[in-house]
Amino acid sequence: MSALGERCHLYLCCFLNRSKLSIRDNLYKFMLLMKDKSGAFRMHDGGEIDVRACYTAISVASLVNILDDELAKGVGNYIASCQTYEGGIAGEPSAEAHGGYTFCGLAAMVLLNEVEKLDLPSLIGWVAFRQGVECGFQGRTNKLVDGCYSFWQGAAIALAQKLMAGSDEQSKQSQPSKLSSVDDSCGTSSSGLASEKSSIVDYAKIGFDFMKQSNQIGPLFHNIALQQYILLCAQVPEGGLRDKPGKNRDHYHSCYCLSGLSVSQYSAMTGSVSCPLPQHMLGPYSNLLEQIHPLYNVVLEKYEEAYEFFSSE
Amino acid sequence: MGSSSGEEGEEEWVPPSRRPELADVAPLPQADGPCPVVSIAYRGDFHEVMDYFRALYAAGERSPRALRLTADAIHLNPGNYTVWHFRRVVLEALDADLLLEMHFVDQIAESNPKNYQVWHHKRWLAEKIGPDAANSEHDFTRKILAMDAKNYHAWSHRQWVLQSLGGWESELQYCNQLLEEDVFNNSAWNQRYLLVTRSPILGGLAAMRDSEVDYTVEAIMVNPQNESPWRYLRGLYKDDNNLLVADNRISDACLKVLNKDWTCVFALSFLLDLLRMGLQPSDELKGTIKAMENSDPETGHADIAVIVCSILQKCDPLRINYWSWYQTTLSS
Repeated sequence: MSALGERCHLYLCCFLNRSKLSIRDNLYKFMLLMKDKSGAFRMHDGGEIDVRACYTAISVASLVNILDDELAKGVGNYIASCQTYEGGIAGEPSAEAHGGYTFCGLAAMVLLNEVEKLDLPSLIGWVAFRQGVECGFQGRTNKLVDGCYSFWQGAAIALAQKLMAGSDEQSKQSQPSKLSSVDDSCGTSSSGLASEKSSIVDYAKIGFDFMKQSNQIGPLFHNIALQQYILLCAQVPEGGLRDKPGKNRDHYHSCYCLSGLSVSQYSAMTGSVSCPLPQHMLGPYSNLLEQIHPLYNVVLEKYEEAYEFFSSE
Repeated sequence: MGSSSGEEGEEEWVPPSRRPELADVAPLPQADGPCPVVSIAYRGDFHEVMDYFRALYAAGERSPRALRLTADAIHLNPGNYTVWHFRRVVLEALDADLLLEMHFVDQIAESNPKNYQVWHHKRWLAEKIGPDAANSEHDFTRKILAMDAKNYHAWSHRQWVLQSLGGWESELQYCNQLLEEDVFNNSAWNQRYLLVTRSPILGGLAAMRDSEVDYTVEAIMVNPQNESPWRYLRGLYKDDNNLLVADNRISDACLKVLNKDWTCVFALSFLLDLLRMGLQPSDELKGTIKAMENSDPETGHADIAVIVCSILQKCDPLRINYWSWYQTTLSS
């Protein structure tokens, strides 16, 4: 996921060098060139097309506040076509449901405000069953657990938690509640469901508003069990984290195990609770990490600073 | 490492600075800026190859020597997508032999089977070569899958070749073979789903469903703890809940499994879905569930679905949060 590393680098650049106008302008032009006629994105010029590239493009565009209808066009349909019979999302249509792509697909759909195109109950049902007897998550059905899926699968469920309404709010079936970031100032559609033509979607605000709502439901995975896996199996005694015992530590696994740990620690906060309670955490309270934004995998506080920076003109 | 494409052998590697064909090239160093931060300590040969690569790249050269140099760069870092892109540009400009090129990339792929760039390059080549490439591409992915039956890239490539270049004829047999070797191979079940729904020679899902249900139920009976066939079975009736509920073989299968092992989570979960879709439980089914309920004296609800859900909360404690939530979605 080197593109994600590059995104963090870009983020840093913007803070150091406030010539955001030219960066955003060039970035937008580049992204438009990477858009395929199917609606999906390529990873680079002449590169491969997949759900990963869609997420990378959409999440960066959202973060930097350049996401518009032009960039968003068709992506949702492509990602929806990648949801498989198992419920998870694949890298490309017809491929196997996979945790990494499931996160990328779901997060992108949230940022595009098109989650209703997915079968969310089916997706949740698949992800929930990816937690194995070892307590960590596997990436695909009948494969081994791997610490990095603590984030890919854990965050996917965390996203779903915010999307599924609680039983006392919605009626019979659990309908995913569509986030309403529709700008009504022009006097157009005022319904909560944004139709493509008559409303103006403030894309960047979706990411911001997402964390303003509290979790409607508790964690759908066993958050303590996941923390057990990360702390007891994924940690390397000399420091750093890994896939599983027997594998070496690396920065990728260190990053995603920690992000997964954070997601897990904050997953049980529902309603008006403002910080994780000791019973939601494994080990001493000093184990508590900073909260991340599950759509971007960036520390929430830093994301909020970035949002302010990129939304101001 | 070899300095020319496709050439094997143990000849000594000549660094670019000592190659006569590159004598006129001024190597171009990496632009790290005035105050480099955490500079990578590149190995000497890597540093040199990339300096020469940059020079030819910046000059927009489209020559055989440029092609040869990209091979060096690729061997040093097969993940450099810029080098691959440039190689494609040069290949096109030279109207190079694509079959030779495929042989080159196959060698890289065999030692780097999880590299995105090599598989993308193969796809680009295969598309240019056309339907004639179908057989060799299927042979290649078969070879990779023989070493790792779940390699995601190999499966994606295989699916792309099928859909773009053909070769469907022996694919179902291939799936059968893989499932005989390992019935837990979810990638093979996923491939089966592609065939059953998209193969131009099998007739589509409606035509195949019946025999597939029998095949899948048999797989479930042999290994009720194998999640793959349970999900596959569900998939056979995607978007058609009424047909699913009406197919007695399905509820019978759940019942049979539960009679042998009342804690089988997949059977209970499938049953729960069926009930929520409107399955009217037979007396036998009701009896079996009541027997399970008696094993757990805490439950006392009237609704069968709710009973199954609470049984699941006990039998599948790892997913207790999921089943608790699921229960809240089971309303009137």
